[in-house]
Amino acid sequence: MTRSTNTFDTLELKNVGRSFGGQNALVDLNLTVRAGEFIALLGPSGCGKSTALNCLAGLLPLTHGEILIDGKRIDVLPSEKRDFGMVFQNYALFPHLSVEKNIAFGLQMRNLPRPEIARRVAEGLALVKLQEQAKKLPGQLSGGQQQRVAIARAVVLEPRLVLMDEPLSNLDAKLRLEMRTEIRRLHQSLGLTTIYVTHDQEEALSLADRLVVLREGRVQQVGTPEQLHDNPANWHVADFMGYRNIVDLEVESVVGDLARVSGRGISIMATLAQPAAVGDTVRVAIRPSDLVVAGPDTPPGRDTVQATVNVVEYQGREFAVEVTTTQGQNLFVHAYTALVPGSTVQLTVDPSRALVYRTSLDGVDAPRELSAVR
Amino acid sequence: MMTSATNTGSRARGSASLKHRLAERGVDTKLLLLVPAIVFALLLFVYPFAYGIGLTFQPLAATQEQWGGGLFANYVAFFRDAFIFDSVWITLRLALPAALFNVLVSIPIAFKLRSKFRGKRMLQTLLVLPITLGTVLTAQGLLIFAGRQGWLNRFLLENGIIDQPLQLVNNYLGVMLSLIISGFPFAYLLISSYLSGIDPSLEAAAKTLGANWKQRFRRITLPLLAPGLATTFILTFVLAFSVFPSARLVGDASGETRVLALMAYRAFSEQLDYSMASTIAIMMGVVELIVIAFVFLGRSFLYKGSTGGKG
Ligand SMILES: Nc1ncnc2c1ncn2[C@@H]1O[C@H](COP(=O)(O)OP(=O)(O)OP(=O)(O)O)[C@@H](O)[C@H]1O
Ligand SMILES: [Mg+2]
Repeated sequence: MTRSTNTFDTLELKNVGRSFGGQNALVDLNLTVRAGEFIALLGPSGCGKSTALNCLAGLLPLTHGEILIDGKRIDVLPSEKRDFGMVFQNYALFPHLSVEKNIAFGLQMRNLPRPEIARRVAEGLALVKLQEQAKKLPGQLSGGQQQRVAIARAVVLEPRLVLMDEPLSNLDAKLRLEMRTEIRRLHQSLGLTTIYVTHDQEEALSLADRLVVLREGRVQQVGTPEQLHDNPANWHVADFMGYRNIVDLEVESVVGDLARVSGRGISIMATLAQPAAVGDTVRVAIRPSDLVVAGPDTPPGRDTVQATVNVVEYQGREFAVEVTTTQGQNLFVHAYTALVPGSTVQLTVDPSRALVYRTSLDGVDAPRELSAVR
Repeated sequence: MMTSATNTGSRARGSASLKHRLAERGVDTKLLLLVPAIVFALLLFVYPFAYGIGLTFQPLAATQEQWGGGLFANYVAFFRDAFIFDSVWITLRLALPAALFNVLVSIPIAFKLRSKFRGKRMLQTLLVLPITLGTVLTAQGLLIFAGRQGWLNRFLLENGIIDQPLQLVNNYLGVMLSLIISGFPFAYLLISSYLSGIDPSLEAAAKTLGANWKQRFRRITLPLLAPGLATTFILTFVLAFSVFPSARLVGDASGETRVLALMAYRAFSEQLDYSMASTIAIMMGVVELIVIAFVFLGRSFLYKGSTGGKG
C-alpha cells in the first residue's frame, strides 16, 4: 500500500477543552502532532481520553479551543469531512455487512471506481491477514479478527490521521501482545499519523513515539517514552509509569538537587525532581526494580532501609517481594533470589533513581487555566 | 428413569446422561413452567378456534340453497357474494395505508426523539397518550372535534374560511384518522425501541468513514431497522385490519367502511348466521396471514442478526 497522499505537516490542538454540563472532561489540551508520528494518550479510566479522541474525530463538539491542520481550522468541519480514520473501542463493525463490505464502506462513500475499491479491499484484507474471512459477517469472527477488521476498515482509506480508542482492551493477554506488534508494524509500513488511546502504560511505551499523560482531563506530561519513563513530571505520572513505591517522607537536608528524605523507617538520599525545602513533606517515587536487596553481610548504614519480608511472588525471571519497614511502611521490591518470608533484609537505592515530588499536583499549570476560558 | 436414585451405579449414570442429553436439546424440568401457558392457549384459543372452524362447515339451509357447494356453502358465498367479498378490499384499503402511514411517520419522529432535548418527555407522553384512550373514546373525540357540528367546522365556518362544513367523519377519512390516532403510538413505541437497540457507535463509525446522513440512514440504520419496521408494520396492520368500533362510530358502516369485522358482526347479530360469521372471521385471519406472509417474504431478503446494540 502506498503512503497516503493527503497528509499534512502538522496537526495542532490549541487549548482544546470539552465539558459536559459544567463538568470538565477535558481541559486545555495543547499538542502539536507531526506527520507520521505515533502519539499515545495515556491515563486512568475517566480521565478524558475518549473525550479527546471524539473531539478530534468530530463526534463531540468542542467547548473550548481549536484544532488546526497546517494552520487551517478543522474543528468546524463535520466528522465525515475530516478524513480521519477511527478504530472504536467496541469495534463498531456493521453487523449486517460482510467483512469485505465493512472494509469497502469508506471507499464506496468516496465514490471510487469499482476496480479500485476491489483492489484496495484486497490489500486491506491482506494487510490484516483476513483473506479467508472476507465473506463472513462480523458476528462470526473472533474478537481479535473483529479487531483487525476494524483496523483495516480505518486504514484502507489511508486517512490523514488514524484514531484508535483502546483497541486492544477487549482482547486476552496473548492476543493483545500480538496485535500490539501488528499495530506497530502497520504504522511503520504505512506511515500513518496515529493517535492511540490506552490506559496501559506498557502498551503506550512500546508503541508510541510520544506520550501524553492525562489526569482528570488535564495534561500532566508530554514526552518520549524514555523521558516519561525516566523523568516523570509529577508523582502521578511516576505512579503511572511503574514507580510502585510512592511514599510520603520529610526533607531533612538539601544539597544541590540531592536531598535526604526520611520518615516511616526510611532515610535515604534522593533526587529532587521538583523543588523542595528542608522540612517539607514530599512524595518519593521508586520503582520496585530500583530497590536493591543488599547482601547479608552489608552493615546497616545510614542509606540502607531495614525491612521484613512479607510476601514473595515468583514471576519467572525474578521475585516480586513485598516488605515492611520497621515503622510499617510497605514497599515493593524485585529480587533475584528467593527471600524467606519473615526474614529481615537491607535495601539500598541509587539516589538518582529515587525521585522527590511535591505532594500536590495542582498549581503546576494554574496560570494557563485562566486564559482557557473564552 | 428419573426416579432411579436407588439403582445401581451404571443405571444412575445412564439416566444422568439421558437427562443431560435431553437438557442439551432444551428438554428439562423448566418446561413445566410452560404448562399454565399451554392450558390457557388450549382453553382460550385452540378450542374456540377449532369450534369456529367447525361452525363454518355447518352452513344454514338458506345459504346452501342460494350458493350451493354443500358443506362449503359459506366459503362459496364468501367469494361469490360481492357484498361480502368487496369487504375484503374495503378493509385492506383502510388497514394497509393506515399501517404504512403509521410506520413511515414514526420513523422520522423516533429519529428526532432519539437525541436529548428540552420537553422530550412531554412530547413523548403526548404521542403515546392515545394508547390509553381506547378506540371508542377516540371515536367520540373525533366526532366532537371534527364532526359536522364539531369545533373545527364551527371555527372554520365562523371565521368565514369555509362556507360548507367539511365532511371529515362518518366516512373513509374518519376511520382512517381514528386508525392513525390509535395505531401511531404503537408504531412509534415499537420503532423507537428498535432504534434504541441499534448501537449509536455504528453511525459514528459510518460518519468517520465519510458517510453523510443520507448514506448513513440508507446503508446502516435502515437495513438494521428493517426487520423491526416489518414487525411494526405487521402489528399495526393487524390492529387496523380488525377495526370495528371506529368503522361503526366514525365511519360509513354501510358503504366506504363496511369492513370485515362489521360484516361478521352483522351475520352474527342481525342475520343470526353463526356459521357465516365464523367463516368471515376465519377468512379475516387468512387475509391477514397472506399479508403477513408477503411482509416476511420481503423481510427474509434482509439481514436478520443482531443490531450490535447493548439493549
Ligand atoms: N456524554 C457524557 N455526559 C456527561 N459526562 C460525560 C460524558 N462522556 C464522558 N463524560 C465524563 O467525562 C469524563 C471523561 O470521560 P472519557 O470517556 O473521556 O474517559 P476515558 O478516559 O475514555 O475513560 P475510559 O478509560 O474508562 O474509557 C468522565 O468523568 C465522564 O464521566
Ligand atoms: Mg474511553
